Amino acid sequence: MIETVRLTAEEAMGLVERGEVSGAELHRAYLDAIAERDGELHSYLRTVEEPGGDGVPIAFKDLISTRGVETTAGSKILSGYVPVYDATVATRCKDARLTLLGKTNMDEFAMGSSTENSGFGPTRNPWDPTRVPGGSSGGSAAAVAAGLAPWALGSDTGGSVKQPASLCGVVGLRPTYGTVSRYGIVAFASSLDQIGPMTKTVRDCALLYRIVAGRDPCDTTTVGLPQPVKIPEREDLKGVRIGVPRELNEAEGIEPGVKELTERTIGLCGELGAEVGETSLPRSVEFGLPCYYLVAPAEASSNLARYDGVRYGIRVEGEGGVRAMYDRTRDAGFGDEPKRRIMLGTYALSAGYYEAYYGQAQKVRTVIADEHAAAFRDFDVLVSPTSPTVAFELGAKTSNPLAMYLSDVLTIPSNMAGLPGLSIPCGLSDGLPVGFQLIGPQFSENTLFHVGHALERAIGFDFVPGRLR
Amino acid sequence: MSWEPVIGLEIHIHLKTRTKMFCRCEVAYLEPENTRTCPVCLAHPGSLPVPNAKAIEWTIKLGLALDCEIAEHAVFHRKNYFYPDNPKGYQISQYDEPLCLNGRLVVPGPEGDARVGIVRAHLEEDAAKNVHTGTAEGRISGASATLVDFNRAGTPLVEIVTQPDLRSADQARRFLQLLRRTVVELGISDAEMEKGSLRFDVNVSVRPEGSEELRTRTELKNLNSFAFAARAIEREVERQIGIYDSGGEVEQETLHFDPTAESAPPLRSKEEAQDYRYLPEPDLVPLEPPRELVDRVRAELPELPGERVRRLAAELGHDLAGDLVTSGRDRLYERVSGDDRRAVANVLMNQFAVSGVDPGAVDADELATLIAARSRIPRDRFLEALAASGDPGFSAETYLGDGLVADTAELEPIVERILAANPGQVEAYRGGKEGLLGFFVGQVMKATQGKADPRVVNELVRAKLSSS
Repeated sequence: MIETVRLTAEEAMGLVERGEVSGAELHRAYLDAIAERDGELHSYLRTVEEPGGDGVPIAFKDLISTRGVETTAGSKILSGYVPVYDATVATRCKDARLTLLGKTNMDEFAMGSSTENSGFGPTRNPWDPTRVPGGSSGGSAAAVAAGLAPWALGSDTGGSVKQPASLCGVVGLRPTYGTVSRYGIVAFASSLDQIGPMTKTVRDCALLYRIVAGRDPCDTTTVGLPQPVKIPEREDLKGVRIGVPRELNEAEGIEPGVKELTERTIGLCGELGAEVGETSLPRSVEFGLPCYYLVAPAEASSNLARYDGVRYGIRVEGEGGVRAMYDRTRDAGFGDEPKRRIMLGTYALSAGYYEAYYGQAQKVRTVIADEHAAAFRDFDVLVSPTSPTVAFELGAKTSNPLAMYLSDVLTIPSNMAGLPGLSIPCGLSDGLPVGFQLIGPQFSENTLFHVGHALERAIGFDFVPGRLR
Repeated sequence: MSWEPVIGLEIHIHLKTRTKMFCRCEVAYLEPENTRTCPVCLAHPGSLPVPNAKAIEWTIKLGLALDCEIAEHAVFHRKNYFYPDNPKGYQISQYDEPLCLNGRLVVPGPEGDARVGIVRAHLEEDAAKNVHTGTAEGRISGASATLVDFNRAGTPLVEIVTQPDLRSADQARRFLQLLRRTVVELGISDAEMEKGSLRFDVNVSVRPEGSEELRTRTELKNLNSFAFAARAIEREVERQIGIYDSGGEVEQETLHFDPTAESAPPLRSKEEAQDYRYLPEPDLVPLEPPRELVDRVRAELPELPGERVRRLAAELGHDLAGDLVTSGRDRLYERVSGDDRRAVANVLMNQFAVSGVDPGAVDADELATLIAARSRIPRDRFLEALAASGDPGFSAETYLGDGLVADTAELEPIVERILAANPGQVEAYRGGKEGLLGFFVGQVMKATQGKADPRVVNELVRAKLSSS
């Protein structure tokens, strides 16, 4: 009997390599765990019985196209859509002999911070099932936290990997924009979307990043990694300069428990030998969120135009011509949040408004990138809480979209600049995990892994939810 | 008051690249429906565009031929609209940063050179094809269903927009012919209207002669030939003049012609101001053509048709020069010697054109001999000779001389005499040396002082030699 709850991907790889268990047995063990525990959590939308490989299993967020396996992006409009091709990240995982366990739940089209916007029902937090797992990659985060997958892939547009990782007590990386292929990823906001690993440890995170990252000829926005991915080993932080951006650490809405654990972790950085200093990102934090809510919906309004009932997914037949069919299909197929963002985005791109909204927001991205670049002249890594709060109760923010949007206030600024960010668990506040965000300059993943790994060792966080120990 | 037409054109040209603009599906016409498709051109979720480098190079080539500036930084934009032939819900096109801009095409004409400004030439993808079923004509009104063929979706398309610099229907026709010839010679497009690889819309307005104002224009769509377009422009110009002369105002509208029925009056529709919500395509990085590429393409440009029209117009006048060049016969014209240049040109544009012979296959010296002698031979014989002028080994000589003797009764004794006089050669021929046929024919021609019809002699000799 394989106990999946505590098993890291690295350990699972060791078991397979040493021939102690087969890939198929491992796959079976996780399917059994899913059958046993996922009824309550609903982290998976569907599982895959046949391993299709002899390596370690993995779960994919349901916006990663998988040939022959239904892919819905959490939306009813894609019910029954079975891709005829694999996303590049899926191909790379196959090439690394990983087996697909299943597709995880998510906010519809990755729009949300709680996974409550899924068209197929919410996912629950393994630490407390009355609470949300965060989102939009809530299914992947919950699956990894509950031992229902050794690791998983999520996607991060405004914080959709980092924030659920934080709320579920797992490690999540949002990579530098352009280092992981988006080919085959159901698009939300193309200039922001990135696929990222969600794992139990920082070393697992680096291992999975090494598998999926690199230039892809099918995605012209990708680039090759300037250095190979290094699996972290060092446990000290000597010579590392850590900046604490005032605005990210003193933002309105940061819970006292979160603040306290963050400060304690920053103190730990100093103890491990890092130089710690204060810095400032005033414009990034003030304008990041509002600009994000122009850019992302604008791109989404265009990306979601293809769901028209003509070629795939659902079609609602009825009276009238093709326009009437579009209206019925999109009305029935999209939930409230995509509709809200399509309307916002359509407005922001309309003639006469483009310059004032989308055009202006794109210019602000340059300002945000410049401000971060200035901070990185003095620091190697910037730190803050990942999420202002711990996991909140289901339903707490569903009637107030703006409150939900604020869940990503700390992750969005660096995302707007295309920068990598790592969230690691740094402790529990009232029994719920708190995430610590590490932001680096472009292509600094190795530094983030080093710092994250050293902190992880020093903190000694037990990633197994209390109720599963 | 005297009125001046103001005409501008918007031309779409399919590039004849092997593969589509943003995926590697083969570009194919007349293939079974939906057999040249993939996740990218069907807009499956998650698919991404990868631009076709050849299409970009060819657009630069066209831009240079049209004297355009080649942008150092060009951007693909999304043009958003819903329609079943537009699978992504947006067309990838170019908007305010096109690849080629500020060019010109000089159209030589009897009234002097017309410098027609090119506002821009940009690259985009074509839509799929909607096929309406349930009606005989395949039209949308009354159709019971619409099927979509995505083979064409994503075909590279260059859009060329001119300034409203054209001043007559005839000038517009000559511009289109010259532009078509230019893209054909650049080797970037078939530019065939019947195949849909060249399409264009025309903007027409009129204004009082001497004025610089731009009045309300109408847009003419679905014109299926240059000649038809010229007639349609003329009619539209007259209509607008009529409106102004009777104190009315021209309304901005689109005239949709029926390509299957030229005489049918066009359907009119009000132009709806559609908001395409353009946004820079986030799935593609900006296009920054390297200088070396632009320089190389520039160096490879051939002599352009417009320059050749100007050169030939000096001796032939513009109509004939233009016709020769745009029909692709001017190279042959320049190789065919002859004092009467107009006669040579006229033969090439009329009788030779009708013959359908490939100008590239013709021996120019033989053709020159034939044309020089054309008044001395019967018309039928001349046409026959022209039709054969592209055959390998064609000799004008065999068709020359009038009053040729074709009467077998008259020729037969001469043939028999020649055969009897050369028994050795006859034996050799029958033994397999069939090349000797020419020898016997030559002897007969000599005996008749070239008056015998060589074809008849040929047949006679062959018949006599095979019957022992």
